[in-house]
Formats: sequence, C-alpha cells, structure tokens
Amino acid sequence: MTDQAYNFAYLDEQTKRMIRRAILKGLAIPGYQVPFASREMPMPYGWGTGGVQVSAAVLTPADTFKVIDQGADDTTNAVSIRTFFERVAAVKTTTVTADATVIQTRHRIPEEPLTEGQILVYQVPIPEPLRFLEPRESETRKMHSLEEYGLMHVKLYEDISRHGHIATSYAYPVNVEGRYVMDPSPIPKFDNPKLNDMAAIQLFGAGREQRIYALPPYTQVVSLDFDDHPFEASKANHCCGLCGSADSYLDEVIVDDAGGRMFVCSDTDYCEARQAAGYKGKDAA
Amino acid sequence: MTPLLSVQGLSKRYGAHIGCADVSFDLYPGEVMGIVGESGSGKSTLLNCMAGHLAPDTGQVVFDTRADGPQDTVTMSEPARRMLSRTDWAFVHQHARDGLRMGVSAGGNVGERLMAVGARHYGDIRGKATDWLERVEIDAARVDDRPTTFSGGMQQRLQIARNLVTGPRLVFMDEPTGGLDVSVQARLLDLLRGLVRDMGLSAIIVTHDLAVVRLLADRLMVMKSGHVVEAGLTDQVLDDPQHPYSQLLVSSVLQV
Repeated sequence: MTDQAYNFAYLDEQTKRMIRRAILKGLAIPGYQVPFASREMPMPYGWGTGGVQVSAAVLTPADTFKVIDQGADDTTNAVSIRTFFERVAAVKTTTVTADATVIQTRHRIPEEPLTEGQILVYQVPIPEPLRFLEPRESETRKMHSLEEYGLMHVKLYEDISRHGHIATSYAYPVNVEGRYVMDPSPIPKFDNPKLNDMAAIQLFGAGREQRIYALPPYTQVVSLDFDDHPFEASKANHCCGLCGSADSYLDEVIVDDAGGRMFVCSDTDYCEARQAAGYKGKDAA
Repeated sequence: MTPLLSVQGLSKRYGAHIGCADVSFDLYPGEVMGIVGESGSGKSTLLNCMAGHLAPDTGQVVFDTRADGPQDTVTMSEPARRMLSRTDWAFVHQHARDGLRMGVSAGGNVGERLMAVGARHYGDIRGKATDWLERVEIDAARVDDRPTTFSGGMQQRLQIARNLVTGPRLVFMDEPTGGLDVSVQARLLDLLRGLVRDMGLSAIIVTHDLAVVRLLADRLMVMKSGHVVEAGLTDQVLDDPQHPYSQLLVSSVLQV
C-alpha cells in the first residue's frame, strides 16, 4: 500500500539529487568522506537515517529491496525500514540476497557473494576512523588530506600491548586503494575481506554525522595490521547449529538459564537457504 | 659551515600588539640556544613561529633539511613542514599533557612517531619504546601504563623520549622544567644535558629560569617586549650583562 502523500521514496527530488551528487563524488574518490545535508527522517538517529537516505536516493520503482540488521531480515530495525520503503516507495521487497538489487545493511555483509548490478548500503554510526584518537574534526580532516595515518596504528599497538593480539573485532580500519583510511561501519572483522574487490557498489551513509562515502566495484580494500601481527578474520570456532555451515559468521544464542547455548548463522537468509537445500546442523529439530 | 637554522627578521604581531619583532640569529649543528625573558616578552611566540605552530607576519626561518639543503619553512608546503615536525624536529611542551596522548600507554606514546614515519613491525616498535624509556630513566616495566599514572617529572621525561625517538636534529623546548620541583628539575636537566651531548642535538630552549640556560645553553638571547635586547655566549651574558633589563634579570635571582 503506497502512501500517496509522499514523493517516491519519501525524500523530495531536490534532496535526492543532492544526495546522489554526494554519492557520485564518493564513488569518484573511494574512501573519502563527502559531507551532505542530512535530512530529518521519521525515525531516530542511530536507527539508520544515513542508510535510509542513501537508499531513498538510489531506489527506482523497478528495484527489489532487502534490509538486514546484524545479518537478520526479521529484526526490528530491518522490519521497520523495509515496511517504510514498502509504504513510501512501493518497491518490491525480498529476503533473498540474490534477488535484491538494493540491500541496506546494518553491521553485516551477506554471506552469499554479491554480484555486479547490486548496491549494498551501509548504515554508519561514526564515519571517522580517527575519532576516538583525535577528537578535533579539523585535525582529522587535515590528517586525511595529508595521509597522516600513523595514529591509526597507535590504536592497534594499544590493542596488542593490552590484549596480546589485535582485539578490535568490529569497525576494523581499512585502507582504500592505498590512499584513504576508512571505517567500514561496525561490521565484524570477519567481513573485512569481503569489502575487497567486491563486484557490487558499496555506499556508506552516516545521517547524524552528515557524511557519505563509497567503494566502487572491484576496489582494493586492505585491513591495517602489523608485519608481525597480521590481520585475521575471526569468528566463533563452531558450526551453525541449524544448517551446519562451518564458514559463516555465527551468533551465540543463550537457550536456557543453565549455561545452554547454540551458535547459529547471523545471516538468516543464507541459513534458511541451506536448510531448505537439506543441510542440517546438530541442534536442528 | 651551514647553519642548521637561520632566522632572518622574524616578526609577529597580534593586531597592534607586538608578539616579537625583527628577530635574527643563526643556530649551528650541535649548538644549544637559550631564550630568556619575563612573561609576555615574546619568547613563546618566537618559538611557535620557528616551529611552524604560528605563521609569522614577516621573516624567514631557513632550516637545513637532510634531503634538499636549506629551505624556508615559512613558505614551504604544509605537508613538507608537518613531515619535518615529526622527523627532524621535536617540540617539548611546558605541560607534558599538551605533548602526550594521555589515553594511550607510554609505549604507544613513544611509538607514535615511529608509526607516523612508517614503522609497521610491532616487536621493533615496542623494543625501541622500551629502550627509550630506559634512556630517560623510566622503568621498562611501565611501558604499558598510561601517562596519567605517572608523576609530573616522569610525564616530562616520557614526553622527551617520545620526541627524541625518531632521532631529530633540532629540538624546540618551551619551559621544559616549568612546574617541577627543584630536585626533579635537576635530574631532568642532567638527563637533557646528557642526551643533547650524546646525540649531538641542536636545541632552542625557552625559559625564564636562568639556571636552566646556565646548565644547558651555549648561547643566550634576552628578550623584552618582543625585542632581543642582548645576545651572546651564556656565561658572558650572565656574568657581565650589558643591557639594563639583563642586569635586572640576573640580579633578580635569589642566591641561596
């Protein structure tokens, strides 16, 4: 049911045009944070207002839209955004990764490899990777423009000195095409290798911080590390309890108050597709 | 011999008020220059202009760079100047808190400059950091402690280690012993004197403490109201001051 009171995809055409210009600039300079005039959206900051505005700017009536929140299609954030666009844009929606043309995501990259022609839109809370090391925005911009990224390694150094290994497990900083250091949004570092050389367009929108950045298809993305402490994509050392997958990213679910727990794929679509194809994990009913 | 740093006609005004006016001098490799004067005499303004923290209104600051010989740092591009300030230059602030990252461990503080110039081997960086902590008399076991847990004197020594780790050739110091008690001051001065001699550093030290310049500086400039009123060898200026203000300064020191 489309709400005719709104323009297609909620935002007015001039706003979408402004956002598209920011996206194009971002694609032209991979990893560079482009400022844009973020609009007030009918949902609170922190619920994906940046991602929603980017999605609104790239959606066309012919698109098929998928929303995931921590990999799942059925959690609050995913359901509310999907319903929002069903109502204001009347686009087709799906939960099947391969069928979607635009995928808005919070904190995960789908397990199934994305293809050319797909767009992955990330919701970004804090776009500035140097934020907690250097609080002055004027200074971090200067550091980006002069490529002074030694400070980023100070953070990794602190991790190793305190924990014995690089303990940063999400929002793990990456270097894009040997130039800009970028925060890949709070995706687990397990997903970092998928950023590299991806066939789909990746767009990052930060609503409260008013920044858009982007990775065009087949962009080189390298996770930062030390020579003697190389980057490692880590996950829980288990198999999915429902579909038995050994190489997908897992959520730990507490099932009772006696220490019982199970591990399940965080990507619900991937897990369900495997179960439908006959794969069974040890906890499957 | 080419001077390491050559300052020509440096002036900085704050509106109608003079910060420093028409300062010229040469600093040769291995030399330590002291700048003394009362509060508000333009010492810090002069230092900040030379270190690139402030843009002077007129004048040149010519530094003998490793790669390209003498270059005017006032007109050079900002990336080049910032590169200098983390390789060949060091800046020791009066308050250690201004020069340290208080949320980062001592090792991380010392390692930052190494990582900024491209060091990417954790073991090497940590080894160098520990080595430098020992050179400034901080227990190597405290390499993972934050500077907030250090005493004022230790923080100041940590700041010095952090600055000297990349082997700079010129150190700017703004009241390095300010706010420390006299025994800690004495140890710090001892340490600084040793480091300056061992590493063949050139240094420019701004202070209002004549004992500091007596111990460390080869040459001395006395500033008043933004102007250099007297300059010469340290012992000469302190033992036989010519300008009335220098005489006042020297006679104001309490003899214990």
